[in-house]
Amino acid sequence: MIVTVNGTETDVPEGATAEDLVTLLGHRTDRVALEIDGEICPRYRRASTVLRPGQRVELVSFVGGG
Amino acid sequence: MRRSPFGPDASDRLAQARVGIAGCGGMGSHVATALVRTGIGHIVIADFDTVEESNLFRQCYTPADVGRRKTEALSDRLLEIEPDLDLQVYDGAITADNACDVFSGCDVVCECFDRPEMKAMLVESILSGTSGTRVVSCSGMAGFGSSNDIVTGRRMSRLYVCGDGSSDSSDGPGLTAARVMVCAGHVANMTVRLVLGHDKP
Repeated sequence: MIVTVNGTETDVPEGATAEDLVTLLGHRTDRVALEIDGEICPRYRRASTVLRPGQRVELVSFVGGG
Repeated sequence: MRRSPFGPDASDRLAQARVGIAGCGGMGSHVATALVRTGIGHIVIADFDTVEESNLFRQCYTPADVGRRKTEALSDRLLEIEPDLDLQVYDGAITADNACDVFSGCDVVCECFDRPEMKAMLVESILSGTSGTRVVSCSGMAGFGSSNDIVTGRRMSRLYVCGDGSSDSSDGPGLTAARVMVCAGHVANMTVRLVLGHDKP
């Protein structure tokens, strides 16, 4: 199924969770912030959040320094 | 409080705004300084650390501050700039459990932490635990890269991220005062723009 991640259509397996998406895209789950259809999806909720076709995901991955 | 010289409407908005600074290192110390000079009237600063000699290469501290709490040293600096500043200090670690309490009532929180895990934690805590607070975050300001690679982007409805997005402080030469201050300028300016009602990066 197709979801849009940061503006790009992305093919993910049926039943994939938000947590699966973060891993599939090669990110470390503790270094990203995730918004799905305009709602923040906190880390503790990602494994139980099943993605649906057509959803818009914004994923921000942070690097060190501040 | 000294009035900022930007006309009555802008000056009032700046003076009434409450802005949180999460982390008082290279980014946070420079962001806070810029915001106080610009006329932000209410500031909350938070950090758990003490000033070390190695910090003097890029953070807004002096040799006399070494060994002091960062929040204490930065408070002194900010109150020197604006004695009537309404300044709240949280000396301790920010966690998912206390972030919204520490930065309660803030119009904008500037995420100025060093570690990427802390950045992600603060962003999701503030965005999920408040209904209107915006977060201006930073990611990617290390090394000797071009200033022009550092940009401000709107990444979520209430999240702006400043930086080049990729240069990590744990790789290569680390952080310089010059490039950190470029990024701190982006964070401070986006914060001022939000306070004044401009939501475009």
